[in-house]
Parts: sequence; C-alpha cells; structure tokens
Amino acid sequence: MEAFEVIKEDRLLDCTGMLCPMPIVNTAKAMKELQSGQILKMISTDAGSPPDIEAWSRQTGNELLLSTTEGNKFIFFLRKV
Amino acid sequence: MSKSNPGAPKRLALISSKGTLDWAYPPFILASAAGAMGWEVGVFFTFYGLTLLKPKLTAAVSPLGNPAMPMKMPFGPEAFQNINWAMPNLLMANVPGFEGLATSLMKQTFKNKGVASVEELRQMCLDLDVRLIGCQMTMDVFGFKKEDFIPEAEIGGAATFLEYAADADVQLFI
Repeated sequence: MEAFEVIKEDRLLDCTGMLCPMPIVNTAKAMKELQSGQILKMISTDAGSPPDIEAWSRQTGNELLLSTTEGNKFIFFLRKV
Repeated sequence: MSKSNPGAPKRLALISSKGTLDWAYPPFILASAAGAMGWEVGVFFTFYGLTLLKPKLTAAVSPLGNPAMPMKMPFGPEAFQNINWAMPNLLMANVPGFEGLATSLMKQTFKNKGVASVEELRQMCLDLDVRLIGCQMTMDVFGFKKEDFIPEAEIGGAATFLEYAADADVQLFI
C-alpha cells in the first residue's frame, strides 16, 4: 500500500495548472484556515512545487509529511504546526 | 529573523524601480511568496516602479532596452508556440502598435501557461499584508499624489527604506 493512501487529509487543495507563486500562496491561505494538527493535501502540476513546498515547510514550520508524484501531478501532505 | 528583534519573523525588503510588464512580475512574485512563507515584506516603489501602485495597472512590454527579448506566440501548434521570435528591437520599436502587440502577446502567453496577472499578484500581496510603499521624492518628480495610488499604499523616503532594510534578512533592488 502506498504511503499516501494511509494519510487522511482534512482538506484538499488543487493547484493544477497554476505556476509560481500561486501554489505556495494558495497553500499558505488554505493552511491558515486549518486547525493545528490537521492535514492538507495539495496537488500541483508546477515542476517548481517540490522544492518550493519543501522551502515553504521549512520556513513556516508546518510539517511536510509526504511529497510524491502521480503521473504528471505532484502531491503533498502537510500537517499544520 | 529581524536583527533587532530576534523573535520577529524573517523580513524581505524590495525596491521596485521599473514599470514595464516584464519588470512588474518579479517584485510581486517574490513579495507574495515571502508573504506566504510568513515573512514580513515591504516593497518600495521608486521611479518607474511607482506606476505599479496605480489602481488600474497599465504596465506594458517595451522592446526598447530588451535587446534579447524573445517573443512567444500564444496560439497555434505547440512547436509554433515554442519558437523564440527574436526581436530586432530598434526596428520593432519604430513599428506603430508594436508595444501593444508585444504586451498582449506576453499577457496571453502568461495566461495560457497559468501565471497569475500582475493585478492578481498585487492583490495577493495585499491579502498577505505586504506593505507597498511609494517613494515620496520620485512621486514629487513625476507628479504623483498619494490619491493617485491604491488606498493601501504608504508613503516613505530613503531613510524609511534604509531603516526597514537594515532589519531585513533579504534585500533586493529590482
């Protein structure tokens, strides 16, 4: 079983088709609305997203649980600090 | 981390000095990304950058001073869209209507690729509490009043920027 199949998100954010900086900006906005400990699943097609989400996670302290790909999509699970 | 207050968030200080469409993107992209990372952000608009504080943005692409500017066609087959149309800029700059054409081609290409418009990025910055500050001296020189700008715009001078930048972790002149 894939790791991401056992992580259950509290909210899904689809950033398909968006380019920098919108996936990061929308992720930040969505995370603001979550409670501490809740999980956001973000989907992006921007190849800059994997390093950007890692940097965003380091800078904000929100935990990047998983960064993976599915076809041409990048999938992230982030836990709000 | 702000140098005089160790508990404060990181800070980005930008100077935006150019008002063309291509130069309007970098400050708003960096400012909104930094805002999304929880940083404090201040953008100082000076000289031609001041026009980016106007309520209605009219930023255009100028072929002048862009000697290597490639153009992309926003329509047609992918191979055609991927061609870099090198612009002999002195020639093109003299063609009536070229600036409008170059501007609309760039806007359409950006839109097709999924890049937000400059207006959207500026609004994102405001939503993320980015401070947008007009430089008083160049406002006087170019005849801008505070009322010419969006209501969120603040006004400041060189000392305002320097004090802000002295406490910043990243400072860039764009």
